Amino acid sequence: MLSRVADSLYWMSRYLERAEHTARLMDVDLQLRLDQSAESSTGRWLRLIEALHVPATLVGSVDGGNLAHTLTFSRVNPSSIVSCIAAAREDLRHVREQCSSEMWEQLNRLYLQMLSNPPESTWILESHSIFRAVQEGAHLFQGITDSTMTHGEGWHFIQLGRFVERTDAVAALIGTHFARLAHSPDQAVEGTEYLEWVGLLKCCTAFEAYCKTYSAELRPLRVAEFLLLNSDFPHSVRFSVESVHAALRLIGELTERKVTQPVRLAGRLRAALSFSQIEEIIAGGAYVYLEDVRRQCGQVHTAIQQIYFDYAIEPTMVA
Amino acid sequence: MTVSAPTLLKAPFLHYEFDQAYDEMFESPGVPRPHYQALYRTLRELPPEELRKSQQAADLSFLHQGITFTVYGTKEGTERIFPNDLLPRIIPGNEWRKIEQGLTQRITALNLFLKDIYHDGRILSDGIVPRELVYSCRHFRREMRGLNVPRDIYVSVCGTDLVRLPDGGFAVLEDNLRVPSGVSYMLANRKVLKRVFPTLFRDYGVFPIDHYAQALLSTLRALPPANCTARNEPCTVLLTPGVFNSAYFEHTFLAQQMGIELVEGRDLLVHDNIVFMRTTAGLRRVDVIYRRVDDDFLDPLCFRPDSSLGVPGLFNAYRAGNVTLANAIGTGVADDKAMYAYVPSIIRYYLDQDPILPSVKTYLLNDRSERDYVLEHLDTLVVKAVGESGGYGMLIGPHSTSEQREEFRQRILAQPRDYIAQPTLALSRAACFLDGEVESRHVDLRPYILYSGSVTLVPGGLTRVALQRGSLVVNSSQGGGSKDTWVLRDEKTQDPRTPAEF
Repeated sequence: MLSRVADSLYWMSRYLERAEHTARLMDVDLQLRLDQSAESSTGRWLRLIEALHVPATLVGSVDGGNLAHTLTFSRVNPSSIVSCIAAAREDLRHVREQCSSEMWEQLNRLYLQMLSNPPESTWILESHSIFRAVQEGAHLFQGITDSTMTHGEGWHFIQLGRFVERTDAVAALIGTHFARLAHSPDQAVEGTEYLEWVGLLKCCTAFEAYCKTYSAELRPLRVAEFLLLNSDFPHSVRFSVESVHAALRLIGELTERKVTQPVRLAGRLRAALSFSQIEEIIAGGAYVYLEDVRRQCGQVHTAIQQIYFDYAIEPTMVA
Repeated sequence: MTVSAPTLLKAPFLHYEFDQAYDEMFESPGVPRPHYQALYRTLRELPPEELRKSQQAADLSFLHQGITFTVYGTKEGTERIFPNDLLPRIIPGNEWRKIEQGLTQRITALNLFLKDIYHDGRILSDGIVPRELVYSCRHFRREMRGLNVPRDIYVSVCGTDLVRLPDGGFAVLEDNLRVPSGVSYMLANRKVLKRVFPTLFRDYGVFPIDHYAQALLSTLRALPPANCTARNEPCTVLLTPGVFNSAYFEHTFLAQQMGIELVEGRDLLVHDNIVFMRTTAGLRRVDVIYRRVDDDFLDPLCFRPDSSLGVPGLFNAYRAGNVTLANAIGTGVADDKAMYAYVPSIIRYYLDQDPILPSVKTYLLNDRSERDYVLEHLDTLVVKAVGESGGYGMLIGPHSTSEQREEFRQRILAQPRDYIAQPTLALSRAACFLDGEVESRHVDLRPYILYSGSVTLVPGGLTRVALQRGSLVVNSSQGGGSKDTWVLRDEKTQDPRTPAEF
């Protein structure tokens, strides 16, 4: 597979995952606001902005409602939902012949759907359906990808992109949450705080799954354990890292190259998550731990770039 | 029998126009040609709403599939769908056979011509084609002198534009020997029409065209470079300028249909005069490049140094016989619009045959007397820039303003070699479905010819339509559209169920 094609598939997948993640965070936020005092809404909104890495210049220039609009529709802001979908589509457009027509048509449809930019004053009334459309569109694309594309190298690069992005995004989200809120991690949360933890779980589509595992009693420690170390839940950090590792191993086999760097880095992170105890993580500081997870995830990303997309020519010169 | 035309026209043909141009559908107002009768009857019976729905469905499916092209020089965005007209243009088998013979003759002669001018130049020494015309052509490549290309084939993919003149005969309007495009629209149109008129399509007995991509791949694979080391088939790729090119959709489509890699310049590199592509599994050797990048942009070391679309060192690899480029470099000299005037002589010179398909009278403007004539008759002639394509740089006399004519007069006087003039042709008209009615619009025909020693022509081609009423310009970039072209198997040129009524 051409390096450029693999690069485009990888980034297409990352952008789409990013759009979906942002849409879900904002959707959850707007829903929770209805039940909350202005004070706690502001607190959560600030954490959300931090988790999404919204640049300070942007935050300073617009207030809450407008900022939500900017984060959704602005083409100037490269990480807005629309910008991410446009970037994903552009990437896929560059490599159309590598994917199934159904995939292209679905992503193109999602893009065209998002172009109808509702006015800033009234969009909030439609916001829920817009965010839903993004999440459903992304899920549909994922389903179409899985059922119409050959599960070969290209498909694995798509998996890789999705889970690298997810690892980073979920780790950032949990990190900011714990840095501000987990005062007594092993006790059930009550009152206004309860909604905050429900919100965190919902941001990872994890509320129902959590309840099935631990019941509706929310303890920060268990929430952390679930979102960070659960091996079966697809939005947990551990699950994401295991998927990254698996994709990298399969790509390694398919390309028949004796390269180990990305697999080794992903494997190290995977091992750390597989054998960690949540109590130790919390005791050492969840935020610090999660920042380290993100740093290692960044290393994996860099290694992928250097090995598969943008390698130096001389050492790989064929005989 | 003298009845005024309008009473002969029935819905949905009430606004169907006739003029001196040949009408593809009607012999005379209200009387369809034999091979159009079944379609005529279907259109008379079908509720217009049905067709309108099909048209909307077709447009939407083009948009969703992203079958779009890019318009240069406009600000508003770049992607537009290429309008597709739902009514087929039908060509009887016997007419097609003549076209086939004519085009086969033409591509054979043009390949011999290219080989000759890049080697011995016999045709120049014999004074058939003026030397200065060749050497002053912008697309003549000195670098190709004395270079042998695989099997002496320069043009392996060609799209020749034909028009039907008022007498009903086809004539060649121009050849596209560099990077002809549009074939994906031909295939996409067919797909739509098969959905819209399934029964009609079957009853007509239309030649299939779906094997084009496979034929193209065989053509490319039949031209391995001299030093090809591939054990099985030569490694073939399609080189595209990238996603911003107007024909990008077509590049992806063809690569997918042929099952070959679609590469951009930055995917390729040359080492020791061998071309490699950069893959996730390391570097892989490339043997044949179906390139959709113009000569100028292919290799910054050899041609335009500011090109970032090409591959540095590609020309040296080509010269060394390590890679095939299809089409070869420098073929543009033979589709120069001034050279066009000499093609009949070229055919006679190499093949000792008369041209089967006639050419259009062409005035060469570096000839004094012809230039004077043209400058006096700018309002009736069409002036074209010799090196341009896509309908850019053109003056259509009868539809021009006096300022435009003055501008072209100045340009011609400054650079006479860069322009030619031709009479304004009455392109034939074909029935089109527009706004719930059937109206007539001017059309041309671009068949696609594949050549690797033997000729493969997929029956039909792209019929381009000037969608604006009265317009003669069919180029997609200038508001043209396209329609499917049905070439009929002989026994069914007439609808068997109902004999023609006369």
